[in-house]
Amino acid sequence: MTVPVDGVVALDPQVALRPERFGALAYHFGNRKLSFLKHPDLVAVLEAADGTRTVAELFAAAGITEARRPSFLAALETLERSEMVRITVPGTTQQATTQKDGAAA
Amino acid sequence: MTAPQPTAQPPAATRGLVDEFRLGLDAPICLTWELTYACNLSCVHCLSSSGRRDPRELTTEECFAVVDELERLQVFYVNLGGGEPMMRADFFEIVEYAVDHHVGVKFSTNGTYIDAEAARRLAGMDYLDVQISLDGADASVNDAVRGEGSYDAAIQAMEHLKAADFGPFKISLVVTRHNVDQLDEYKALADHYGAQLRVTRLRPSGRGADSWDELHPTQAQQRQLYYWLLDRPDVLTGDSFFHLSALGDALPGLNLCGAGRVVCLIDPVGDVYACPFVIHDEFLAGNVRDAGGFTGVWRTSDLFTALREPESEGACTSCGAYDACQGGCMASKFFVGLELTDPDPECVLGNAEPLLAAVAAAGGPAPRPMQDHSRPGVPLPSPVTLKPTRRRG
Ligand code: SF4
Ligand code: SF4
Repeated sequence: MTVPVDGVVALDPQVALRPERFGALAYHFGNRKLSFLKHPDLVAVLEAADGTRTVAELFAAAGITEARRPSFLAALETLERSEMVRITVPGTTQQATTQKDGAAA
Repeated sequence: MTAPQPTAQPPAATRGLVDEFRLGLDAPICLTWELTYACNLSCVHCLSSSGRRDPRELTTEECFAVVDELERLQVFYVNLGGGEPMMRADFFEIVEYAVDHHVGVKFSTNGTYIDAEAARRLAGMDYLDVQISLDGADASVNDAVRGEGSYDAAIQAMEHLKAADFGPFKISLVVTRHNVDQLDEYKALADHYGAQLRVTRLRPSGRGADSWDELHPTQAQQRQLYYWLLDRPDVLTGDSFFHLSALGDALPGLNLCGAGRVVCLIDPVGDVYACPFVIHDEFLAGNVRDAGGFTGVWRTSDLFTALREPESEGACTSCGAYDACQGGCMASKFFVGLELTDPDPECVLGNAEPLLAAVAAAGGPAPRPMQDHSRPGVPLPSPVTLKPTRRRG
C-alpha cells in the first residue's frame, strides 16, 4: 500500500531515535526492530510526527520538495511496515496492516 | 555479529551506511556483554574459553553503572552472554535493571538453568529475548561439540519456554563441518518450537583456535550454506557470513566487519575488546573501570580510533569481490596467523590457501587466545572423532 499524503503520522511511543551523523537510528522496543534513518530530513519528519500532522504538512515543514517526495514516501512506507509509525487517514478506521512480531510478553 | 536486521530504507544518503559505519559511531549498535566466565559446559569451540568464574568480575553495582552508561549512550539493547550468564546469582537483577533502564536484553544461554520457574519469570518480562545455543539437530552431532547431555538440556529449556508461553525465542547454531548438512532438520526443530532460527559463523577464537581446523566448513559446504541462506532471508545470521557474499549476490544484512566501529565486547572483568571474537591484548581497548568509563573507551581509545581509520591496502582491496566481502573477518585472520590485510582464511575464492600453507610451513605459532578460563582437568568433548553418543529420548 502507498502512503497517503493526507494521512496523519504518529511515531510509535515505543520507538526511540538516536541521532547519528548520517541521520538517526530508530529502535522499536516492542518488536525490537532497528531501522537506519539515512537522512537528517527524515529524522526531522519523525521528530515532528506527534499524531497531529499529515504527511504533506510534515514534508512541508521539513522542506521536502516535490522532487524528493517519492523517496521519503517510500521511507515512510517501510517505517509503517515495521510499525515504527502509524499513518491514519482521518475519517477512516482503516489502520495499517501489521504483521505481529511481538515476542516475549 | 549480532547485528540487527536492517529494515533500512530510505532516501539515498550522501555516503553509504557501510561507509558511515566504517568511520565508527558515537556509541555501538551491537554490544555484547559477557557477564561471567563461569560455565557448566566446556564446548570445544567456546569463543571466550569459559569455564571458571574470574574473581575480578564486575560486581552487581558495577554492572548497574554500565547499564546507566548504556542508557545515556542510547544503546538500545545488549547481547548478554558468558560463559553461562545464568550462573551469576544476580543475573535476573541485572537483566531487570537493564530493561527498566531502556536497555533491552537478548541473552545467550545453553539452557541448563531454564527450569519451569525461570521460564515463567522470563516470560513475564518485557524487552527480553532468549537465545539458546544448540550446535546440531540431534544429540550426537551437538554433544560432540558442546558435551554429553547438552542437547537434552537445551531441549528441556525449550520445552519450559514453550510451556511458559514465552513466545518466539531464538535458537542459535554455530555452523560446522558436521552440522551443515542438518540445516533443514534444524530449521524443522526451530519451527516445531515456534522459535526463530539463527546460524552464525565459527571463528578460530578462544578454544575454537584448537578445533577450528577440524570443524570449519569445507569450501563445498560454504557454497552449500551460501545458497541455503540466500533462499531463506528470514534466518538470522548476525550478519556473520558476509565473506560468502563473494560468491554472488550479497546476503541480506550489513556486510562489514564492525569491530570497534559499531560492535564491541565488554568482558566479565570489564575489559572492552573490539569484538567478542578477539579476546586478545592486541584488541583490548580499555576497561569500563577506567576513569572515562565505557564511553571514554569507546570514543577515545587508541585502538578503536585506529580501527576507524581507512584500511590499508592488501591483497583483498584489488579483489573483484572486495565490495561484497570486505576481506572477511578480522578475528578469523588473526587467530590463524594471517595479517589483517590478508584474505579471510575461509576466502571463498581460495585466496587464503597459499598464505595458510606458508604459515603452516613456517611452523610459526599463530597468536594464542588470551584469558583462558577453561576448567582445569575437565576433558573437552572431542569433535575430531565424533564418537556417537547415546541418544536418549
Ligand atoms: S580475496 Fe579477500 S575480498 Fe576477495 S573474496 Fe577473498 S577474502 Fe574476499
Ligand atoms: S572481527 Fe569478525 S567477528 Fe568480529 S566484528 Fe569483525 S567480522 Fe565480526
